[in-house]
Order: sequence, then C-alpha cells, then structure tokens
Amino acid sequence: MQNLQVILAAAKLAVEQAQDIKTLEQVRINYLGKSGQLTELLKQLGQIPAEQRPQFGQAVNQAKQELQSLIQNTEQSIQASQLQQKLANESIDVSLAGRGQTLGGLHPITRIRQRIEQFFTQLGFSMVDGPEIENEYYNFTALNIPEHHPARAMHDTFYFPNGLLLRTHTSPVQIRTMEQQKPPLRIITAGRTYRCDSDVRHTPMFHQVEGLWVDQGLTFANLKWLMQAFLTHIFETTVDVKFRASYFPFTEPSAEIDMTCVHCQGSGCRVCSHSGWIEVGGCGMVHPNVLAAGNIDSEEYTGFAFGMGIERIAMLRYGIDDLRVLFENDLRLLEQF
Amino acid sequence: MKFSEQWLREWVNPAVTSEQLVEQLTMAGLEVDSIEPVAGRFSGVVVGHVLAVQPHPDADRLRVCQVDVGQSDTLNIVCGASNVREGIRVPVAVIGARLGADFTIKRAKLRGIESQGMICSAQELGLAETSQGILILADEAPLGQDFREYWQLNDNAITVELTPNRGDCASVNGLAREIAALNGMLKKQLVINSVAAKHTEQLAIIIKAPEACPRYVGRLIRNVNNQVASPLWLIERLRRSGLRSINPIVDVLNYVMLELGQPMHVFDVAKLNPDIEVRFAQADETLNLLNGQTVKLSSDTLVIADQDKALALAGIMGGSEAEVTAKTQTIFLESAFFEPIAMAGKARRYGLHTDSSYRFERGVDPALTEKAVQRASELIIQITGGEPGPIFDQISSEYLPNPLTIKLRKTRIKTVLGITIPEAEVQTILTSLDMQVTPDAEAWQVQIPAHRFDIKLEIDLIEELARIYGYDKIPQQAVQGQFTAKPLTETQTDFYRLRNVLIDRGYREAITYSFVAPKLNNIFAPEQVPLELCNPISAELAVMRSHLWPGLLGVLQHNQHRQQERIRLFEIGLKFNQYDERIVQQPVIGGIVAGTRYPEQWASGKEPVDFFDVKADIEALLALTGRQQAFSFVSVEKPGLHPGQTAKIICDEQVIGYIGALHPLVAEQQNLTLPIYLFELDISIINQQVIPSYTTLSKYPSIRRDLAFLVEQNLPVADLLTKIRNEAKDIIKQVQLFDVYQGKGIPIGQKSVALGIIMQHAERTLIDEEVNQLIQKIISDLQQAFGVKLREE
Repeated sequence: MQNLQVILAAAKLAVEQAQDIKTLEQVRINYLGKSGQLTELLKQLGQIPAEQRPQFGQAVNQAKQELQSLIQNTEQSIQASQLQQKLANESIDVSLAGRGQTLGGLHPITRIRQRIEQFFTQLGFSMVDGPEIENEYYNFTALNIPEHHPARAMHDTFYFPNGLLLRTHTSPVQIRTMEQQKPPLRIITAGRTYRCDSDVRHTPMFHQVEGLWVDQGLTFANLKWLMQAFLTHIFETTVDVKFRASYFPFTEPSAEIDMTCVHCQGSGCRVCSHSGWIEVGGCGMVHPNVLAAGNIDSEEYTGFAFGMGIERIAMLRYGIDDLRVLFENDLRLLEQF
Repeated sequence: MKFSEQWLREWVNPAVTSEQLVEQLTMAGLEVDSIEPVAGRFSGVVVGHVLAVQPHPDADRLRVCQVDVGQSDTLNIVCGASNVREGIRVPVAVIGARLGADFTIKRAKLRGIESQGMICSAQELGLAETSQGILILADEAPLGQDFREYWQLNDNAITVELTPNRGDCASVNGLAREIAALNGMLKKQLVINSVAAKHTEQLAIIIKAPEACPRYVGRLIRNVNNQVASPLWLIERLRRSGLRSINPIVDVLNYVMLELGQPMHVFDVAKLNPDIEVRFAQADETLNLLNGQTVKLSSDTLVIADQDKALALAGIMGGSEAEVTAKTQTIFLESAFFEPIAMAGKARRYGLHTDSSYRFERGVDPALTEKAVQRASELIIQITGGEPGPIFDQISSEYLPNPLTIKLRKTRIKTVLGITIPEAEVQTILTSLDMQVTPDAEAWQVQIPAHRFDIKLEIDLIEELARIYGYDKIPQQAVQGQFTAKPLTETQTDFYRLRNVLIDRGYREAITYSFVAPKLNNIFAPEQVPLELCNPISAELAVMRSHLWPGLLGVLQHNQHRQQERIRLFEIGLKFNQYDERIVQQPVIGGIVAGTRYPEQWASGKEPVDFFDVKADIEALLALTGRQQAFSFVSVEKPGLHPGQTAKIICDEQVIGYIGALHPLVAEQQNLTLPIYLFELDISIINQQVIPSYTTLSKYPSIRRDLAFLVEQNLPVADLLTKIRNEAKDIIKQVQLFDVYQGKGIPIGQKSVALGIIMQHAERTLIDEEVNQLIQKIISDLQQAFGVKLREE
C-alpha cells in the first residue's frame, strides 16, 4: 500500500510537470499504459493475501481513476492554453485599411442633377432628352425668337458652317416634346447647353434643367407653388421664393426666381451681393406662339415652363465659389463628392 | 440705360426712398444693375468768389488768391491751377472740409504762405475721372452755398438692364411712365415748345426706302456757334447718365435722346453735297465712321447719303465726312423713325452697338420724331445761338406701325394668373400705362400706345397687369389633380445605374467640354472630318469631339501633372460624328484608367493596372443587360491605341464599343505616364436589359472534369470556350477557365489552357459513362477545330 502512495504521488508530480500533450501522454503510458506502473500493481494482485485483495484492488483502481481524471483535466487545460496561444498569435491590427477598390463618386453637377430629376419624376414628370446640335428653328424660331430678335444676340450662339448651332438652352426640348406628345404633358429635361462666353462667371458649356407642364387649368399661381416646393426640397430648408418680372420670348408672363440666400439666410453676404436674395432661374407661362409651334391649342390648354442653371444650384448647395473648377475635373475636387 | 435719379424725380416723384425705387423697378422687370452716388463723399465745400490773384513770391507755379466764401473774412488760398483767375466762382474746400475718407483740409503753409483752404477740381470732388485745373462755376452760383446743394449732388446714378422688349423705357420719360404706373401717380406731361423758323432754307430730302424709314424729320439751323462750352448742367446730366461731353450740339442730341428716347443725328452742311438721300447702301460702298472704323456696306443696310457718298449708317452711327465740330456753322438736324425689323441685327453685323441702334432695334415711338427736333432746336439755339429753318417732315403712313386694339377677355386673366383682379383695378392699371380702355360685358377693348412695340397679344396685356399689380401679390396655389408617374420600363436601365456600377468600382465622374482641340481629336479619329465651330471660344476648343477620349486625356494630363498617379474616371455624354451630310450625336459612356490596380496601401503591391482589370469593369456594365454572352471582345487596331492591346466590343454583329491601352507614342507626345487604358461604349445598347426568365433548379448532382490543352498562342481562348459550351448546351452548365500559361515547359508559340467543365442534368443523375463520352467528344472536336493537344496529367 505504501508503494501505491509513492507511485501515485510520483505520477501526480509528473502530470503537473507536463507542459504539452505529448509529455502528458507519456505520463499516461508510464502509469496507466499496458505496462504502466499502476497497471503493474494490479497485476500483483495475486500475490496479495486474499482478505486484503478487495481493499487493495479498490485502492489501485481509485488511484487510477484519480490519475486519469487529473490527466484529462490537465489535457483540457493544456489544449485551452494552446488555443489561447494560437488565437493570440493570430490577432491582427484591425485599424489597417481594407483591401481593394475604394468608392468613387458622381460629379457634383450630376449629383445635384439627380436630386432635381428625382424630385420632378416623383411628381410624375417624365425625363426626356434632346440633341445638343440643334437648328435655328428649335433653338429660336419655334420659341418665339424670330430672326433678328434682339434676344438672339443675347444668346452668344456657337454656329457650324452649315447653319446648325449648339443649343443655347434646353428649351428646344419643349418643342420637340410637344410635337410628339399630346397634353396633358409633364416633362423634365437636363443637359449640356452652350454659349460663346468665357470668363470668371461663364463657361462656354454649362448645364440647364428645364421643366414643362401643359394641362387644362394651370396658372401662374400654380407655377409659384411648384417652384417653392422644388427649392424647399433641394435646399432642405425653409426658403422664401420671390418672382420678379422679366422677359423671355417663350414665356409670358415671365419671371426670374429669387430665393433667400442659403448662405446667410437672407441677412446679406458676399454670395448674394448683400441683397439677401439669389437668383436661381427663370420661368413663366408658356407663350401662346410656343404652344402653337407645338400644335397645342392655347385656348384649351395653358402651361408653364421653368429652367435653371445646374452649376448655380450645385455651387450654392455645396459651397463652391468658382464656376470654372467644375470643368477642370481635378481629382482633389472630384474626391470631395 | 443709366440715368440720374434726380432727373427721373423731376418727371415723377413718388414718396419712396431710393432703395424702394430701385426695388420697384427691379420687381417690375426693369432690373437695376447698380445704384451709385454721383459724386465722392465730401463735405465742407462751398461756392467761393476769387477776388484777387497774386503770384506766389517763392514758387513760379503757385498763386495766392483772395477768396470770398460769403463769410466776414476773405480766405487766403494758395492755388496751383493755371486756370485760376480773378472774378470766377469756384468750389472751395474750407478748413475742416473732408474730401474722401482720410483727407481733411487743414490750415497749412505752402512755401511760406498760409493757405486757408483749397480750390477744387472736378476730379478732386469725384465729378470726373481726370480734370485740367480747377472747376469754374457759373457767375450766378450763390456765394457761400454748400457745393453739394448747389450742384445737386445728393443724387444717384441708376443703371437699369433693359430686357429686349422694353425699348420704351430707354429714356427718362419712359421710365417715369413706369414709375408713375407702379405708384398710381401721373408723371409730368411732356411739353414741347415749337421753335418757329427764322428763314426758309432747307435741304432737299429724298426718301428712297420709305419701308425702312417711314418718317424722316429734318431741319437746317444756320449760324450756330459751336465753340462755346456746354453749360455745366448739361455736362453734369450727361455725366450722371454715363456720357461724356463732346460739344454743345452733340451734347444736346444726347440729352434729348436720354430725355425722350429719340436718337438723332446732325450733319455739318458745309461738308456735304445736297440733296440728302435715305437709301439702301450700294454693294461694296464704304463708309468711314465716327469711331475711326471703316466699314464695307452690304445692300440691306440703310444709309443717309448725299449726292456723292454715304454719310451715316442710318440709326447706328454717323460718318466722319460730315462730322460736326466746334467750327461748324450750319447744321442739319435729323430725327427719323427707322423700322425696327430693318434695323434688327445690322449694327451687330458691323461689330457696333450704339445708344442709337439699341433704341431703334427695340422701337422708337414714331410720334416723337418731330418733337425731338423741336426740343433739340430749342436747346441748341439757347446754347449756341443760330437761326432755325422750316421743319421737313415726311411720313409714309402705310409703313408706320398700325395702332393696335387688343381684346382682353375678363375670364382670361384668371385662367392665366389664377387670381381675380378687380375690374376697376384692371382699368386703372391699363390706363396708367397710356392705354385707352373701352369695357364691354365680357372684355375690354384696349388701344395700345405707339411706344409699346412689345404689346401685340392679349397675353401681353395680362403680363402688364400682373407686373403692375405685383407678382408678389399672386399667391401660391397647389395644382389639383392626379399625378400619375411614368417610371422606366423594366427593360430600360437608368443612366444613374450605369454610373453607379463604375462608381462602386472606384471610378469618379468627369464632365469635360464637348468641344476639344482638333489635334487631340485627330489622334483617335484621323479618318473623321470633325464638326468644326465657326466661332470657337479658342483654338483648343474648336471641334466637336468624335470620342470622349480627347477630353478625358486632357483631364488625365491635368491630374498627372498635379502628382496624381492613380486615376479612374468616366464620363457620359454625346460624341459627334458626321457621315456625309448626316450628323450623328451618340450617347456614350467612356473612361480612362491609369496608375496602379488598387489604391496604394499596406496590403497590395504596386502592380500597375492592366487590360483585364479594365475589362472586368466593362463586363460589369455589360452584365447589366442580362445577356453577357451576347458580347464578344475581338482584337482590333484603332488609331491612338496600342495595336496589340485593343479590342472592339461586338453585340449582335455591331461594334458597340472599344477598350484598349493608349498607344505609347501618344503617351510620349502628350507627356503622359503609362499604363493608360481607355474605353467607350454605346449607351443605347447597354441601357437595354432582358427581363430574367426562371429555369427550374436541378435536384441532381453536378460533375466537374478538369482538362488542360496545349493550343496555338494566337488562338483566342474565348473561341475554345464557346465551342465547348455549344457541345451540349443542356448539360454543360459552366466552362471555367482557371489557368493560362506560357513559358517554361511549354513549346514556343503555344500556351497551356486549363479549364473545368461543370455538367449537370435537369432530370436525372449523370452517369460516368456518358460524361466520359462527352469529354472524349469535346477533346476530339477541339483537336479537329483548333489543333489542340490534350496535356496528360
């Protein structure tokens, strides 16, 4: 019996000293294997007096179980610590950047244009397009700007040798649409327009967005409502909208649309030349001559049209103070959108 | 149109501030561009009388003056102006006077003599850009009066940007009419004193083009003295209206033009050979203009001529031949009504834009023609003396605009504006605009005054009502009714979806000019005759782009030259090409890619981007169509691109786009850093998509067999894959290319192609035997078709 206690103590010590699974397994073999020391003890059972056998056998089995359980626990703890070690080794710097392409972006003009188009398409306007190389009829004559009208001179038109021209506004799309669709019609068009003018406040190419709504019973008061709703939506703030009398050959009555300066909320700043107001576009009731050019009876239908420079809206919205940077396509600008 | 507020207020003086006046004009469609004080901000300047002038003992150029400024003591003032003399009245800045923000007059010694003030020049008072000597006032200028008060300097010069329809407002008279209407007032009546003839001499006038000149008024004035100075009030009025004084006669004509709106012209009779003709120019006739320019006339240009030559471009500018100078003694005054349509665009054609052409193109009231001559005669004789002759006045009424009467329906006002304006107010507004209004039950008959060339239709009257009534009084009204949206069909892909595919793959959108440098355009489209602008903004922006690439290349250059190495840009827009006489404006999406495959960072190497990176982006766009298999990439040579790294993209046997590397020579010429890849696709093809149609999922297992072949180096692998797919379309679900290898172990001129064939049957499990048979057939078919060799494991 004394021997058993010595063996068990030695075995426990060996288990405690085992640092890895392999050593532990060796310990197990040394004590619990086929010819392990505890196994060997059991084999000596025959040599022990019969009356002592049950007690001895029980003691050895108990020692075996104790050792087995100790080995098992130690094994689990070694595995756990090894896993912990492995995981610790696998830890990464999660602050490092992700791999692959980064997100690009829309040009600021397109970005605001999309918002404008979304507003109007949700109101049931259809998006239409027109050619950029136009003829005099669609760009001028059909829009109630006859040859030699002083308004033609104001347009600084780019011409081609064959008499065609680059559209000076998006309004030709009005005529092209009216030729193809019958009222009621509700369209929005946006795109490139061109004027032969280049300085700090003008680029020879710019963008306009233009809407046309023709139906029975549409009035100037309705136009005021729509422009207010539109500008409030685009600038996401309460703005006052003011209609100022103006002149466009293709609308009558015509108005310039002024809006509370979004930079100073109307208190006056550099952006609005200290007036508190900024001009954002033009609009008016479609001139009967223009409806006639689109084969629409102006006695039955009225309509209104509105147009604005997209650059202007983009500059106001995003705080861009130089028109010309919009067409340099400098990545340092584009990366801000 | 620039004018003096004070002048306007002489005609109509509403109880509103200058700011309110400006606001009224602007809101009524007469947009005020600027309002500025007519003089500098000075104070302490009074009218003085120079009693004595003595030379300065120690300075040749200075003089010592005794000046009475209406106070008990006369002032001792040292003055350097050469025009100072005894007896004149002058503006004197007394001690304490402020001229400008930081200039105060103090007691000072000039070369030892005390000076108790300063005699001022026009420039020093902000009345002129430059001046020679001091300002000499009229002898009756009240001694000691504050100069600002005397000179009426508490005034503003207002500039109104007139729209093309409002020629009637290009005069103080016209603006006063508007202001009167806006304030419900009456303006001063225009009173013209007729100046009786003192003799009977007149020039014979022959109107050969009455259709262009329906009314012509002329008058000869003898013995004028144009050597006198224009009176100060006249010079000052002109100055505040933005005009320079020339000589008294010219100044009067300008004054009358500003006052009434009638441009006039004057000839020196000694320099012309009567009779006077109003005719169209002869072809190739030339004329030396007052501005020194010589113009070659075309036969639709109206001129005033004598028997020898053209003397003036009618209604635009006079010639130098019969120019009135200080020495002129006999003048011929001309006032005419030139037909607006005959005048339209003519000045511009000669590169001219004058106060006269501006008004005639917009229309001048034909009732003013004679009145203006009377008014001018009165002023000229007042200033220069002279004896007026009889008035010549020829009217061809058949060519004068007909007085118009327009019917304005009561209901129509609400139909257009959405509001009801009380009938009495309608009548008041129209009457205030000089219209004669006759009401009946449903409408008004409105007679339009001759000066309103812009009012021709009922809608024009409704606009006038809205304008004077006030746009701000028209409320906002929501549109009633149904809003039915018309969304895109499922087969149409929104352009924003196309943009987003590229944006999500790291591209940024560029917007470049549609016109480009011919040289750049020619790189990519040497076979095309580009569409050239007649009047480009510059030689670098002279032709319409045949591709998006020239513009994108410019942007690449801009950015590469600013230390940007990695560039991924796309643009959507039209490209413009001409085939015979047909102009095609085609919407395309194009892109340019340069630098490394991925943004520089810790986990990626700095591998340069290559063809297949960009091709993947294009394949993503093509995948939007839902029929990727319909597109094929075929090697091609394209100008400006690398001959071995360029593909045309084909769909339904049409070329719908290109992808390729920039030609290294182009990169070198343009000073660009390679690698650079370009692409361009026809949007009208890729924005069409097929609606997906579901195929039942097979319940049976799929089988994969991998094969490797040796093939000719030049064989497009795509051909191989297509061939395999077509062997058994029902069973072969996918052919997966997983390796292409050239180099060690592979014979020169060949490449190894490894691929996996994935097979599955819809209704049963495939058995080994049939799979083996199919694979054998594929191998032998490929051997036959392409001469491939199976690589054994």
